[in-house]
Amino acid sequence: MVGEELTEQETALYDRQIRVWGADAQRRLSKSHILVYGMKGTITEFCKNIVLAGVGSLTLVDDRAVTEEALSANFLMPPDENVCSGKTLAELCRDSLNEFNPMVRVSVEKGDLTSFGVEFFDKFDVVVISFCSLATKKMINERCRKLSKRVSFYTVDCRDCCGEIFVDLQKYNYAMKRLDETTECELQYPSFQEAISVPWRSLPRKVSKLYFAMRVIERFEEAEGRKPGEICIEDLPAVLKLKKEICEAQSLNESHIPNALLERLVTGTREFPPVCAIIGGILGQEVIKAISGKGDPLKNFFFFDSVDGKGIIEDISDPTPKG
Amino acid sequence: MDTIEVSNLNRQFLFRQSHVGQSKAKVARDAVLRFRPHISITPYHANVKDSNFNVNFFKQFNVVLNGLDNLDARRHVNRLCLAAEVPLVESGTTGFLGQVTVHVKGKTECYECQPKPAPKTYPVCTITSTPSKFVHCIVWAKDLLFAKLFGDKNQENDLNVRSNDSCSSSENKNNVFERSDDEDWEQYGRRIYDHVFGYNIELALSDEETWKNRTKPRPMYSRDVLPDKMTQQNGNADKTDDLSPASAMASLGLKNPQDIWCLMENTRVFLEALKLFFTSRKKEIGNLSIAGNIVHAVATTNAIVAGLIVIEAIKVLKKDGCYRMTYCLEHPSKKMLLMPVEPFEPNKSCCVCSQTPLSLEINTHRSKLRDFVEKIVKAKLGMNSPLIMCGLALLYEVGDDLEKDMIENYTANLEKVLSELPSPVTGGTMLTVEDLQQEFTCNIYIKHREEFDEEKEPDEMVLSGWTQAPPEKKDDKTSNGNGASTSKKDIEVKEISDGTASPGKKRKLPEFSEGCTLDQSNDADETMNHKKIQKLDDDDDDLVMLDHWGKDTSKKQRSQ
Repeated sequence: MVGEELTEQETALYDRQIRVWGADAQRRLSKSHILVYGMKGTITEFCKNIVLAGVGSLTLVDDRAVTEEALSANFLMPPDENVCSGKTLAELCRDSLNEFNPMVRVSVEKGDLTSFGVEFFDKFDVVVISFCSLATKKMINERCRKLSKRVSFYTVDCRDCCGEIFVDLQKYNYAMKRLDETTECELQYPSFQEAISVPWRSLPRKVSKLYFAMRVIERFEEAEGRKPGEICIEDLPAVLKLKKEICEAQSLNESHIPNALLERLVTGTREFPPVCAIIGGILGQEVIKAISGKGDPLKNFFFFDSVDGKGIIEDISDPTPKG
Repeated sequence: MDTIEVSNLNRQFLFRQSHVGQSKAKVARDAVLRFRPHISITPYHANVKDSNFNVNFFKQFNVVLNGLDNLDARRHVNRLCLAAEVPLVESGTTGFLGQVTVHVKGKTECYECQPKPAPKTYPVCTITSTPSKFVHCIVWAKDLLFAKLFGDKNQENDLNVRSNDSCSSSENKNNVFERSDDEDWEQYGRRIYDHVFGYNIELALSDEETWKNRTKPRPMYSRDVLPDKMTQQNGNADKTDDLSPASAMASLGLKNPQDIWCLMENTRVFLEALKLFFTSRKKEIGNLSIAGNIVHAVATTNAIVAGLIVIEAIKVLKKDGCYRMTYCLEHPSKKMLLMPVEPFEPNKSCCVCSQTPLSLEINTHRSKLRDFVEKIVKAKLGMNSPLIMCGLALLYEVGDDLEKDMIENYTANLEKVLSELPSPVTGGTMLTVEDLQQEFTCNIYIKHREEFDEEKEPDEMVLSGWTQAPPEKKDDKTSNGNGASTSKKDIEVKEISDGTASPGKKRKLPEFSEGCTLDQSNDADETMNHKKIQKLDDDDDDLVMLDHWGKDTSKKQRSQ
């Protein structure tokens, strides 16, 4: 790819990673624009990774005020409450991230994410949203898809010691390298709506239990009009009931969604910092891959549960022939 | 005892540009305290192998998290943790690969239970006369030339140091690496250049037999490549300020570290670098990174590994017991990017955690005690301050508080062949080798042997019982279906070197190499280790003990 040369300052700072992914990839990174929503622990880790890696710009959306949870789980938050007063989460994160890497423009966009129209997303190459309701995920994903250029879309959620990443790269071409062979590959990603509409009984037998459990929680919060994470142990009986209904409707054996797992997700709504680091690391890597065109991107879900320690990729898409 | 460099900033979110040059341990402490003010963190800007970090020091901790970048330091900490009975969480990353393992005495294998990759050795003549691979050149540069220039000049080495002039002169013992008082740095550099790339090549060419079926090398002299004096060429030599690390690139105005230099540029860098290394304020040659086949660490893998370290550390502190080793893969295996593996039990024949005796084949009439100390005790057993006993007789010892006559005694012993020591060491002798700092003892059963294969056994010693990796062999054992494999050998992985997987091919999981750098562990091993000078990267490891946070980064692969 031809492009502006990297500056001397960039070459010095990024020397080590350029040796890993090449100058081309670095140039693409430095021209990319990224939007994130939901400044909690996982997104914070993600932002740290891509700011260090040297993306062009990063825009933060989160008008919420600082909470005690943010103070305890977000290393971008200054512990001094005076500094925090009057500023939103996004503004405080911006102030810290600006120090991380002066070559990356970090800015804040105020307003409600769902109020941004399609043209707003045209400014970005990558959109990452976290802790969003089912409706918001679908809506933002569709807006990204309406644009003529590709805007890579990701959702990320961490609850208890579990994490989930969803990826939509629409149509994505890349070179898969294995030893000396290079194969041109094309991946066709479903949207979030399309992915979660795939009938459960048509999925392979060993799909991660977390996939099903997260859908149950999502549906529950949606039906009850809750905000993401607005759930507690008292809700468990209703959640289990919903699970039963969904499993029956989808002809899935209920044992695929252990009650103990749902209980963990219902009670542990806070993020677990080491899981934030892991999910934020995987997500950072995926976004870097998608921007740089280097490496095999994951399609299209990633799950991690520190109870079994597995970090699993699941392809949840319609098994009909790809277009 | 690392200090912060600009090139660290792309993956170290605790450090800023303004911290360049400062202690990593201290800056990390201050940075963590800024977002978490009420915890206690003590930074030590020191080498973990210093004697004050002894077993008692380690005993005060509930868990040790390693973020080291070389095999030597890892082995040292492993022994201290075993002796202090403190659980150790080991980690390493290289590129997109990473791993975390847990070592708990008596419950899981220790860091040294699994064979490490067999150190690759190269025959001396290949390195000095007929290099055919890139790595041969690196070994030549690191272990011969670099050592002669910056290491202990008296240490023997296979680089020819006699110049042609000295044959005719009266003082033909002259070492070309000695700089005479009336020489400036450029003259000195050019003389070295002409010697190693010119005269020594001519010398090699003179053995015509060697070149019958090989392409002949071409001798090079600096006057042909670079006729003019350097000082007249660089206008901007004053660009290097005292705070920035000495860099020939900077002072020569070369900007892009990824550029490929032509011969003339290489020559200028050689001469300039030599001058800077000798004249710069920064004499810490040991800290300068050395070329090698390095796969660097990146922020994302480090973050993932740091998360995994914390998960395991929490289990250790909760005495959970369900420890796991986890590998980060670049390409999924059985859909997994993060693959957990059940830890192995301690290896009963591990000479470190099970104290199993070793046996050593050696020519007791020819090998000196010094050879044994250098090649076995230090290089293979990784001891720092060894003590060697034959029965109750002390043959050798290292320490600060030794009597003068004892030191003389030991020094004399070093030069004696084994069978002529005060307590003769011959076939059938059992030697006890001990490191008091590591609290590690090893019994070695001596077997006398007359002859050794010069190419295959260049050390003229064969240590067995020692966990040395067999040459790579395919292992097609498949794992048991779902879930974590129970043997590391089941894991499907790719070559680290090119980071690609060969589909369907099972291969042993390479251990992710230390720290950012494969070269620090492997390369060091890849040298002819009998000729190995001193480890150049020995002392640049931080010891950072934080209350509940480990230094990220770095890995080393250990192999299985």
